[in-house]
Amino acid sequence: MRLDAKIPEGPLQDKWSAYKRTAKLVNPANRKKLEVIIIGTGLAGSSVAASLGEMGYNVSSFCFQDTPRRAHSVAAQGGVNAAKNYKNDGDSIYRMFADTIKGGDFRSREANVYRMAECSVNLIDQAVAQGVPFGREYGGYLNNRSFGGVQVSRTFYSRGQTGQQLLLGAYQALMRQVGKGTVKLYARHEMLDVVLIDGKARGVIVRNLDTGEIERHAAHAVVLATGGYGKIYFLSTLAMGCNGSAIWRAHKKGSLMASPSWIQIHPTSLPQSGDYQSKLTLMSESLRNDGRIWVPLKANDPRKPNDIPEEERDYYLERRYPAFGNLAPRDISSRAAKERIDAGFGIGPLKNAVYLDFARSIQEQGQEKIREKYGNLFEMYLKITGYDAYQEPMMISPSAHFSMGGLWVDYELMTTIPGLFALGEANFADHGANRLGANSLLQASVDGYFIAPYTISNYLADEVKTGKISTQHPAFQEAEDQVRSQIRQLIDIKGNRTVDDYHRTLGKILYEYCGLARTEQGLKLAIEQIGALRQDFYKNVSVPGNGDQMNSELEKAGRVADYLELGELMCYDAFTRNESCGAHFREEYQTADGEARRNDAEFQFISAWEWNGKNAAPILHKEPLIFETIKPTVRSYK
Amino acid sequence: MKLHLKIWRQKDADSEGKLADYTIDNINPHMSFLEMLDHLNETLILTGGDPVEFDHDCREGICGQCGVMINGIAHGPLKNITTCQLHMREFKDGENILIEPFRTEAFPVRKDLKVDRSAFDRIISSGGFISVNTGQAPEANTTRVTHQITEAAFDAATCIGCGACVATCKNGSAVLFTAAKIAQLSILPQGQEERATRVVNMIQQMDEEGFGHCSNTEACQVECPQGISVLHIARMNYEYNRVRLLKR
Repeated sequence: MRLDAKIPEGPLQDKWSAYKRTAKLVNPANRKKLEVIIIGTGLAGSSVAASLGEMGYNVSSFCFQDTPRRAHSVAAQGGVNAAKNYKNDGDSIYRMFADTIKGGDFRSREANVYRMAECSVNLIDQAVAQGVPFGREYGGYLNNRSFGGVQVSRTFYSRGQTGQQLLLGAYQALMRQVGKGTVKLYARHEMLDVVLIDGKARGVIVRNLDTGEIERHAAHAVVLATGGYGKIYFLSTLAMGCNGSAIWRAHKKGSLMASPSWIQIHPTSLPQSGDYQSKLTLMSESLRNDGRIWVPLKANDPRKPNDIPEEERDYYLERRYPAFGNLAPRDISSRAAKERIDAGFGIGPLKNAVYLDFARSIQEQGQEKIREKYGNLFEMYLKITGYDAYQEPMMISPSAHFSMGGLWVDYELMTTIPGLFALGEANFADHGANRLGANSLLQASVDGYFIAPYTISNYLADEVKTGKISTQHPAFQEAEDQVRSQIRQLIDIKGNRTVDDYHRTLGKILYEYCGLARTEQGLKLAIEQIGALRQDFYKNVSVPGNGDQMNSELEKAGRVADYLELGELMCYDAFTRNESCGAHFREEYQTADGEARRNDAEFQFISAWEWNGKNAAPILHKEPLIFETIKPTVRSYK
Repeated sequence: MKLHLKIWRQKDADSEGKLADYTIDNINPHMSFLEMLDHLNETLILTGGDPVEFDHDCREGICGQCGVMINGIAHGPLKNITTCQLHMREFKDGENILIEPFRTEAFPVRKDLKVDRSAFDRIISSGGFISVNTGQAPEANTTRVTHQITEAAFDAATCIGCGACVATCKNGSAVLFTAAKIAQLSILPQGQEERATRVVNMIQQMDEEGFGHCSNTEACQVECPQGISVLHIARMNYEYNRVRLLKR
């Protein structure tokens, strides 16, 4: 299979305008005849549904939550980047593009990244117009803060709830269209398969999670905006319902999966404290603007943090990366934390954490200023741990967070199945091997508001004469039968292990062998262990109740069944990439001082995997990465 | 810890429900309340029982999906938290805990502890937005908003739509939810154009959904996990009366 990213010709800065100039259009009168299904209502899903609805397309929007406003974009804390240069500190679209390419360790497409930076400017305008209360200065102008991996302040924020406020803006735009009748909303519906007719995406099979009914929905195009799959590690910063099932089922129908092993392990989450835990709460990266990360110089130091004098502390990020210090990018900060923890310097009851200390900032700026910036995060920390971070340092630890990998998409955000688009975290596109902070809200938003409306229109322009798609087509019957038989299979096993038990076990395997550090040997072992776990799952999992009713365990079982396949692909992906880049750190490939060693000669490509059936190894396709503007260099933050 | 739970069980919206008793052991005080329910469900599944359905998702207090009445209090005994942020260290060994869904006429029970809060979506759909299509927005800094106005708008906008305010209100009123959105959008300069239609439409929709009226008990403010102030209700009433006066 030849992967054509369809990147427009011409200079980098003109590519997107060139695309828009020549993209095909659909006459307003024809738009209501064209149906689009959108799965997911996070920032990408809500914004594209609202935008297409405003244009006059006939849109159906689905989410598994009880209302679109709960999608996990809501939990993003720190902010959203935009190259507005309001701080007059040398920012520009080019600078943002370059930071993102470097942040991703030269493993993303130049054209996509440049477009994201270009559209960032419009996003802030759009959100402000919707009433998103971004932080302001006293003169009434918008304020910014800094995030990891950059030396300018380009991050817009709403205290520590930026994701919530951006999502509510998009949700309100969506609900406005629902009120107008251009968008039909199906909450508590989960997509279980994509339906292909003559090779094109023509609809979906969904399950009504309240009644258990299986429904068919047809459309001229299907958009997956279903977020990331970091929850595969069980313990993660993600919501309990976050899953990879929509993209995985699309993958099994023919969409290639790109770089699945590139998972961001976030450096500042709350540490694990026991086996009963269901998630690890994130503490925003923005805290690293004013918090200093350290561990005691002495291993197993029994003293309380405030009793350890300054000279007996190791501010290891400031020590190793003086130029960026505590704002070193996430992959590097997480790995540096792991290095200290593994070397025996970890703190906390399980010795699995590091300190994030605000004492100096509180001393310099006053407690009130710190409260204004991060008040809700300090409160959250107090609620969960019972400790007051104004009085003593926070304890933090790395946790699975964001999937840079996802469905392979071309410049139009279309997967290898014609008519099937993937937006936001569900695709692989813009972050390379490591995402910079505050770029995920941005990518989801620009995909949905500013990119997909053009590219989907370009696709739909050729569908005007197609006419209504019938759900009576045999392809719908076949997909529905398959979905029903999978549900029956899961329920009929009636074993003796819970779904969560399998999920936890899978998570442990992945943290151990396909997490912050990977080795050839470990990945081999992981592939074997996951295969064995999957076999065990189909023999011994226990799913109570039946499929004709609300059944949360059945929902989870379907998702874990998919994770048990996706996890194996992640290990294949990590196994075949004999280099270290961004979040993918293969221990065999490191420099003398423990930094990632990339191999551009052999691995300057995107791995795009093809499903090859249940009992066969996946097939690897390569999309070479061509750097015309930026020359890949050794990524240094020292 | 050992706990005695009384949990509301109801097959679906049309069936009658009842309280069922469960005794569970080996509860770690650091578990969250929802992890305690996970633990109960794992035990029920392995012993052939029927696990309890409850709503939850982000488990960090921001998505607004979780929420149950714990000993008669929305989101449990602590102030300004959601159910997912409540930890078992707040309970005593051997304690009895009564767990019920957020009950109110406008939130029919879907199953066990899960309720249907789609009425909130319809209230937003009736006017809880600023009408701006993608592409219409002017350059962001042309709209100046003072620090104080932004912070006030944010305080209202922070609502997570969990429904604790309704569940706790003796009248089953949704005014705190509705007023918070009206307040956010009516104090921002961007929201001025639709200020009058918004308040009228949203209040009308709220009434049509079967929510009760506000009798100023202020219980909603006490139970709100985000600490949304009842002053927003005063603002909503002001906005509503302003429209009526201007009409005359």
